[in-house]
Amino acid sequence: MTRVAYTNARLLDPATGLDAPGALLTDGTRIADLGPGLFQDGVPEGIEVVDLGGQCLAPGLVDMRVMVAEPGNEQKETIKSVSRAAAAGGVTSIVCLPNTTPVRDDVSGLEFLARRAREVKLVKVYAYASATRGAQGSEITEMGLLSRAGAVAFTDGTRAIESAKVMRRALSYAKGFGKLIIQHPEEPSLASGGMMNAGEIATRLGLTGIPREAEIIMIERDLRLVELSGGRLHFAHVTTSESVEIIRRAKARGLAVTCDTAPHYVALTETDVGEYRTFAKVSPPLRGEMDRRAVVEGLADGTIDAIASDHIPQDQDHKRVPFGQAEFGVIGLETLLPLTLELAHKRKLSLLQALACVTCKPADILELPAGRLAKGASADLLVFDPEVPWTVDPAAFKSKSKNSPFEDRPVQGRPLRTVVDGRTVWQAEG
Amino acid sequence: MTGPAATRFPHRHLLGIEGLTAGEISLVLDLADGYVEHNRKPVVKESLLHGRTVMNLFFENSTRTRTSFELAGKRLGADVINMSVDASSVKKGETLIDTAATLNAMHVDALVVRHSESGAVKLLSDKVNCSVINAGDGNHEHPTQALLDALAIRRRLGRLEGLIVAICGDILHSRVARSNIHLLNAMGARVRVVGPPTLVPSAIERLGCEVHHTMLSGLKDADVVMMLRLQNERMSGQYVPSTREYFYFYGLEYEKLEVAKPDAVIMHPGPMNRGVEIDSEVADDLKRSMILDQVELGVAVRMAVLDILTRDRRGAN
Repeated sequence: MTRVAYTNARLLDPATGLDAPGALLTDGTRIADLGPGLFQDGVPEGIEVVDLGGQCLAPGLVDMRVMVAEPGNEQKETIKSVSRAAAAGGVTSIVCLPNTTPVRDDVSGLEFLARRAREVKLVKVYAYASATRGAQGSEITEMGLLSRAGAVAFTDGTRAIESAKVMRRALSYAKGFGKLIIQHPEEPSLASGGMMNAGEIATRLGLTGIPREAEIIMIERDLRLVELSGGRLHFAHVTTSESVEIIRRAKARGLAVTCDTAPHYVALTETDVGEYRTFAKVSPPLRGEMDRRAVVEGLADGTIDAIASDHIPQDQDHKRVPFGQAEFGVIGLETLLPLTLELAHKRKLSLLQALACVTCKPADILELPAGRLAKGASADLLVFDPEVPWTVDPAAFKSKSKNSPFEDRPVQGRPLRTVVDGRTVWQAEG
Repeated sequence: MTGPAATRFPHRHLLGIEGLTAGEISLVLDLADGYVEHNRKPVVKESLLHGRTVMNLFFENSTRTRTSFELAGKRLGADVINMSVDASSVKKGETLIDTAATLNAMHVDALVVRHSESGAVKLLSDKVNCSVINAGDGNHEHPTQALLDALAIRRRLGRLEGLIVAICGDILHSRVARSNIHLLNAMGARVRVVGPPTLVPSAIERLGCEVHHTMLSGLKDADVVMMLRLQNERMSGQYVPSTREYFYFYGLEYEKLEVAKPDAVIMHPGPMNRGVEIDSEVADDLKRSMILDQVELGVAVRMAVLDILTRDRRGAN
């Protein structure tokens, strides 16, 4: 077994609050030891030494919302390209949405993904299965069998579970297997045909608006269904101040509810649509400045548990078209770290708080064995420089699609080395 | 005061009214005034654009606007080519970007574009190396319509500044309304929009207008009443319950017009739905209706726009 000592590190473990200089030892695929005092008298013979020169060593990032277009749309992203993008972004675990073609709603779909991920063998690829057959919103899937085959939770991904009856059944049935339902909180009948946030800018541009209430209504409804069913629910990408407030109150009441947001809802607003920039067309839509601030507040006080990149690759044919015809979504794996760190740089969150949103907290929501620096845990590690300034250049990204709204944005913080199961899968050049 | 006309038009394209100054708008209107007189002469053919090519690229059906541009181009001596969506490759999956590359290879001087998607004309204009005129993009803008409306008002009432203009009907889906709001604001008019709440987009007042939901309050003391077309598919329970109900509350007829100024004029961008948004008697009232003037002035305005936008190419600036 290979043993590697990462010495001269700034150890950062958000789960325990550890932030101290020290070292970490991996033995094969596991973390064997770590701590401030480790190797104080030097590293014994036979152990490979990686001197980090004072750089940060944290758990590899866990991204709980990634679209892999394989099977069905391999021109946008494959399991291989998404794995390379994740590794380059410091992400060691990704959780894939079921919105492939066909929709991942059966055991064979899960097996296909697992097999391809084993072949690619870069980062850990977890999967959601759809909550309803074909993500059509009417019949629930074989959640028991799918759980046994590795589904970590159930969601219709980019589609909302529209029917209250189906949502109630899904929450209730999943509870029997201890599984979580994840909702895309948007009332489809209010949002249908919508292209961006409703309001002055949409009116000015002549684009059909999606009211904020489409999200708020769905969250309010679903919280009632959580109470009714006793199930466990997670809201993906919340974007409005009311959403944050409603979830804050629900948590205070003790409901089993969690939520996440995406970096673009923290870093951008509807004004970034500018003159019909389709790279700023996302679902739910970018909101106004007051909502953006409320999302940051929600992250700061822990109402919003996690940050997920909401990585939705789209090729030129689906983005270089008139705004109304463009698909929703942006890529985010390779900007997840710097945009999360931006919250720490702006002193909205502490460094450990910010890192928790992309490591232990999403891992805990999905009960994944990831996101921690602990003896015996998988050696999924991220070495990064939190300060180094750089400019986002999607052309240099590993992702097959380049639909990043952050092009030319000056950011700070960059991965230097990504380790999965003790093996370095990516390293910065130079 | 909106001040004097500008001496030059510093834009390569005409994609919308938003962003134009009062001086730039006056420049177009003053030039168009001259073309109105010119067009009334027995022989109207000019040679200003001789040897130049104007292409009408219409991704959405239109007879009047396309014909108006065609006439404008021909009167200036240009070769005018019409390319409509059925005849083009768009239906075969060619993207707008591909179309732009094709057009660049054809060396067109000016491109007149209509598209059903807001922003599509702007997207095309970023990729072509000729001047682009927006002939209507989705619900966004229709700048030449607003210019011709302004010209019609100015010629009839002598000014734009200080006038009360009521724009009535389906504001939500109207690019004509948006362009007119921008233009009338730039020229110092007071703009009202009037319609049922389901057809008034959110935050429209932020563009610079008052919102009214009854014709009685909206038309009070108005100098100009602009009616908009209500499309058939929007009438049966989608946005309004029925044609009958719509006409009863929002259709323009003499009775509703009583609260407006005695000499208030009536406009409509056409084509009209008689008996839906406008009563035939009002539409055909030669003293008040400017609907046919609008058609005539449309050609002059489009000549002015083609003239101004090709000046750099012709070395005329």
